[in-house]
Amino acid sequence: MDFGSTFFYKYRRFVKTLQIYLLLSGPGLIVMLADNDAGGITTYTVTGAKFGYGLIWFLLLLLPVAYVVQEMTVRLGAVTKRGHAEAIFDAFGSFWGWFSFLDLALVNWLTLITEFIGMTAALMIFHIPPLITVAVVSVIMMLMVLQGRYWTWEKIALLFAALNLIYIPAAFMVHPSVGEVLSVGLIPHFPGGFNGTLFFFLMANIGTTIAPWMIFFQQSAVVDKGMKEKDIPWGQMDTLIGSAFTVIVAIFLVVVTGTVLYGSEIESAAQAASIIIVSNPWLGTFIAIGLFDAGFLGAICISLASSWAFGEVFGWAHSLNLKIREAPWFYTCYFFALISAGAVVLIPNAPLVLITLFVQVVAVTLLPAALVFLILLLNNEEIMGKYRNTRLQNIAAITIVVVIIVLSTLYGITTLFPGLIT
Amino acid sequence: MVTVEGVFGDRIGSVIRGWMNKIDGINRKYAVPRITMSPGVKIALMLLRLYLVFLVLLLGYKFYTLMQ
Repeated sequence: MDFGSTFFYKYRRFVKTLQIYLLLSGPGLIVMLADNDAGGITTYTVTGAKFGYGLIWFLLLLLPVAYVVQEMTVRLGAVTKRGHAEAIFDAFGSFWGWFSFLDLALVNWLTLITEFIGMTAALMIFHIPPLITVAVVSVIMMLMVLQGRYWTWEKIALLFAALNLIYIPAAFMVHPSVGEVLSVGLIPHFPGGFNGTLFFFLMANIGTTIAPWMIFFQQSAVVDKGMKEKDIPWGQMDTLIGSAFTVIVAIFLVVVTGTVLYGSEIESAAQAASIIIVSNPWLGTFIAIGLFDAGFLGAICISLASSWAFGEVFGWAHSLNLKIREAPWFYTCYFFALISAGAVVLIPNAPLVLITLFVQVVAVTLLPAALVFLILLLNNEEIMGKYRNTRLQNIAAITIVVVIIVLSTLYGITTLFPGLIT
Repeated sequence: MVTVEGVFGDRIGSVIRGWMNKIDGINRKYAVPRITMSPGVKIALMLLRLYLVFLVLLLGYKFYTLMQ
């Protein structure tokens, strides 16, 4: 075969592979970019302002953490054709089923409120009142699901997910010293020494990487998309690319705030945007848009994760491929979660800070259970067959899960008792 | 005998009764865990229970200190 033929063959093969990937990609990319939700963006913003580039190496470690956990949901969903809520009921009985389901419903609703807090705070920078933000966002999110096709919803969600990458050009706008970013950021060290504050930030960063809703969302999305066992490698690739993107976005955001706000006492991404917009309007606008998009992406995933779980447990029709009249309860849950969470943000003097703190504590009660169930299910030969975890996968998964449980528990305890380690 | 219809009236009572029956049906459907209760699974579930009890005690203590 001559060079031209070989090149053409490889080119066709690449295009074919890309076409199949684009067809099967979605859940992994969306969940991973939605992982950088309003809470996540705030965490990375504050991390950059506090420690500069000093914790970039730690963010890189979060890539395998996110991938190993979420990859298991792809296999479980593709093999069992069941969402995580239904899988827990079926495998562990009604006690653990109800515990996980009710905990998920509560933590998702509270997290949804924090996404609305992020979105309204971001648009307040442009003088858009919260009422308008909540109303417009709710209408857009309703329109996204009303067309009755999972595929269309997914592609619209991917567009919003792509907007999450806005922090990449933002990082180039601040002209960071690449040498400094690499020398300070990539060499593992603890800036300022290992102390309580640093430990709190390490816990916060790992805590924002894996949230309970992500496990439930991706597994249900894999099922709703109709992925089969043969599609697992594509789902794995989708999740790996998504994990890479989530870490890249986090690093670029840390570079932005580490360059322009290093040493400042910043408490939120909205505060950072409103400070930066004074001296650099474009950069401040980018950060605000990114925060809004993060909240929006988180909100669409979280409200869907809850609706899928309700449908699975109560046996209602639950698919984005169904029209409202075919799955009325599924869409009722979705709309109710959205409208009620949005309404809370509009209540004057609502305890929003308390809600934000409470989310972290409640999430700690659900995350270990969801992760332990995930590993137990993935090790069950009767359920998973040849797709069960290998020894190597178990070593990686169990190590990561134990670290997540310990750190997220400490994070929750520190939230409850702030003076404990600082 | 006290019934939900007697407490809440026929209309609301029948809705509550419907939900109770639905939940009862779910409990019956998933009464027996499908997963084999091997020693590893039993230990994991026991540790999970202890962990949750620990968290509940912690939350209770926090509530107590707030009330002081």
